[in-house]
Amino acid sequence: MRTIFGLTLGALLVLTSTAVAQPAPWAQPGEEPIDPYAVTDANAGAEPLAEGAVFAAFGGVEGVSRIIDDLVDRSVRDPRLEEIFKPTDLVRLRRTLKEQVCFILGGPCAYTGRDMASSHKDLGVTTAEFNALVENLQGAMDDAGVPFRAQNRLLAKLAPMKDDVVER
Amino acid sequence: MASGLAQRIISGGSLFRQLAAVTGLWLAFTAGTAGAQETERSGKLLLTGGVSSIEGAGGGGLAPWALITGYGAAGQVGANLHATVAELPDYQFRSGGIALGLQDRLELSYARQSFDTGATGARLGLGQGFTFRQDVVGAKLRVLGDAVYDQDRWTPQVAIGAQWKSNDQPGVIAAIGGRDHEGVDYYVAATKILLDHSLLLNGTVRATRANQGGLLGFGGDRNDDYSLQFEGSAGVLLNKRLLVGAEYRTKPDNLGFAQEDDWFDLFAAYAVNKNLSITAAYADLGDIATFEDQRGLYLSIQAGF
Repeated sequence: MRTIFGLTLGALLVLTSTAVAQPAPWAQPGEEPIDPYAVTDANAGAEPLAEGAVFAAFGGVEGVSRIIDDLVDRSVRDPRLEEIFKPTDLVRLRRTLKEQVCFILGGPCAYTGRDMASSHKDLGVTTAEFNALVENLQGAMDDAGVPFRAQNRLLAKLAPMKDDVVER
Repeated sequence: MASGLAQRIISGGSLFRQLAAVTGLWLAFTAGTAGAQETERSGKLLLTGGVSSIEGAGGGGLAPWALITGYGAAGQVGANLHATVAELPDYQFRSGGIALGLQDRLELSYARQSFDTGATGARLGLGQGFTFRQDVVGAKLRVLGDAVYDQDRWTPQVAIGAQWKSNDQPGVIAAIGGRDHEGVDYYVAATKILLDHSLLLNGTVRATRANQGGLLGFGGDRNDDYSLQFEGSAGVLLNKRLLVGAEYRTKPDNLGFAQEDDWFDLFAAYAVNKNLSITAAYADLGDIATFEDQRGLYLSIQAGF
């Protein structure tokens, strides 16, 4: 009797957990659906920092979240970047950027977005636009009080992504 | 003493004054048109074109770096003017020039250097205020790597360059044992920015026959051949606008009449924005034409986009 109950409960739990499971990262509510892809932290494009000091200097998950929101806000109204950001799903962009930076800084986050080459394919991003985004990120980090050396630890991780992001 | 020095820099540097005025006009021009062409230019990050070195190339104060001058990224053009003055115990050095950076790939530069012997001229038998002038035309090509983006590998950005120099005092140069009043320097520069340490490193190897950079001509009675010289720079980025560091430049010693020493400086380069940067340095240029210990203040202003 106890076994049957246990089995039933187990089956029930499996069913419920399936029902409330997170939707796939390519079909999040509030985001525009995109083609399915393999989800892996390797898509983040950089190995995470080993020590936690830099992540702490960014103010942890909350700090990273505020900085990325500020970065996206700055970039949307930046005349150098509006052509790229106008057609972009900003809800998804904010979520995946926060995951990516949190992951790279060694925070407790998984990256569920696409890799840098696929996510920037056909956007026609130039080096100048890549740098404009870096400048906006520097501004957001400055305003959040992230020390310059900690900022550069992140920028050192992001800089090599230029090869995958820039197309012309 | 300090005000006397400032006075000499201001009154002595008529070229500097003129260039500062031109620089002001240029600045007004670039600021006025910046808004309209925001996406068209100045796509590089602050200080990633270096500042204007004394021979006009993008670099530190004394050495050319592998970085291409100005703020033109791929698909863009960068350009700047510079004015530099170094106030030494027995001489004054001035330089003014223009440089272009094309596609962050090719750099073309022109600098007019003046080496004013002031009162020292009379003691050298050249006459009060005797001034050597030299035109330097430079070209530099980035051939490998990227100092800014290649943060996941050790390889530096590498550039090759040449500087064509022509001095306006062939008679004096011949009299002191120099062989030519014109010469060409060739160099290879490697620059690495170590972002995760906020460091900039540069090493340049120069093949040259120049005496005091060419201000005292090329080749000499002691040696007339090209020799390989090393120029090293190291700087720490204190914030995105400010780079402080040191440079060392070895030099040939071709002339018998006077010993020639290596050059050294401690510098601070500050980018007010992408249109204006200022470099201040303490420079030790050693002995020059028998006058010892030429150490002094070096100031340079660069305006452009």
